[in-house]
Amino acid sequence: MANHNLPSEHHESPEGTGWIWKVFWILLIVTTVEVALGIIKPEILMGKFLGTSVLNIIFIVLTLLKAFYIVAEFMHLKFERSNLIWTIALPVLILIPYLAFILLTEGGYMNVLMAQ
Amino acid sequence: MACGYIYSCFYHLFAKLAKILSMANGAVIEQNTSTLWGGGRQPFGASYGKLMMWFFLLSDALTFSGFLTAMGLYRFKYEETWPIAENVFTHFPFLHGEHPLLFVALMTFILIVSSVTMVMAVNAGHHNDKKGVVLWLGLTIVGGFTFLGSQAWEWYHFIHGDKGAVIAQDNTVYYLTEAGSEGKILSVFELVTGEKKPHGDHSEFTTEQLRNAFAANGSATLRLPGKGDKDGVKILSRKEAENVLASAEVIQGASLRANEYGNVLFADFFYFVTGFHGTHVFSGVVLNIIIFINVLMGTYERRGHYEMVEKVGLYWHFVDLVWVFVFTFFYLV
Repeated sequence: MANHNLPSEHHESPEGTGWIWKVFWILLIVTTVEVALGIIKPEILMGKFLGTSVLNIIFIVLTLLKAFYIVAEFMHLKFERSNLIWTIALPVLILIPYLAFILLTEGGYMNVLMAQ
Repeated sequence: MACGYIYSCFYHLFAKLAKILSMANGAVIEQNTSTLWGGGRQPFGASYGKLMMWFFLLSDALTFSGFLTAMGLYRFKYEETWPIAENVFTHFPFLHGEHPLLFVALMTFILIVSSVTMVMAVNAGHHNDKKGVVLWLGLTIVGGFTFLGSQAWEWYHFIHGDKGAVIAQDNTVYYLTEAGSEGKILSVFELVTGEKKPHGDHSEFTTEQLRNAFAANGSATLRLPGKGDKDGVKILSRKEAENVLASAEVIQGASLRANEYGNVLFADFFYFVTGFHGTHVFSGVVLNIIIFINVLMGTYERRGHYEMVEKVGLYWHFVDLVWVFVFTFFYLV
């Protein structure tokens, strides 16, 4: 009879708690930078880039950076087997940009239909 | 007869395919299939529960991205009437005046800290340190309640409204402003009473009062909530504003049908996205409490491992992860 309540195999992660506080400071500093930029809204970053302002692109990049640290370090995905990493990462990396692209570009067609 | 022939064809085809595939892998792998499918193996190096938690979070991530992208679509579509977050979320407890973004930044900070305490709890669990798990998981629960309290505070202010506005017959919302003030929002309180709006004031005004005060103040006019274009926000001329006001009504606060901030969908998405996230936080706190009680009772000590803490930890970090995106797409962008 197989034991179905086995714990996950152990994966090496850094010893101690230093790495946790390192990630904490990264998340805190990135958030502080975001809030500061959001309050100041520097004129120099208001130029158009990829259909939105440079500032918004910076916000999105910083958000993805925070998301990476949360998933890789806090959720420990970085230390899992590579088949688990890709099973989780690939659907997200393919489906979310696809959804965003379809909705934001083709969604404009709705305006045409609703105008009729 | 024919059936048997087709069957054997397929059989050989699949056998060949399997051989090709296994050779592509480097070598033909001989495995005893009775132990292969007998259970007790971890193809992903993760337990059943942990793997299923990951798959659930994956599907939940797609749900949240659906909400946020839908919001993005309507935001682009109704750019003129979509309010700017800084004009909506301006309160901070015990502080007077306008402090855009500050309170949401605090909420983000609370969630990040509670994520850190959760990692500490998981870390303590790896060392079978029961006292450590109790301490850090307990702090995580406190952090969760603090976040929920902050959200309740924010919803309270959102529902009651702040400055008040005007809603036209076609449901377009206009802010009050004064000509030459570059669209600085004038509260209904200020226009009617002529005084500065006191902190935490929620007095209600009738459309009649608003129309009279508007007629008496020659420089008062209306503007659209949107961020406008290069020339700034869209301010109506006095004549246009008078035309709108002839059939418009005063609106204070926010419901699902109408709100003083701008497009009706703005409040709908606010309630739906932050509400759905808040529901996740709430269920996360409930799960944490259940696991906390189990830790206290020594359930995992007897089991020999604290993996359950790791599983609820995954859920809790996911809640933080979603908030990072809500924070950006609802409040910053």
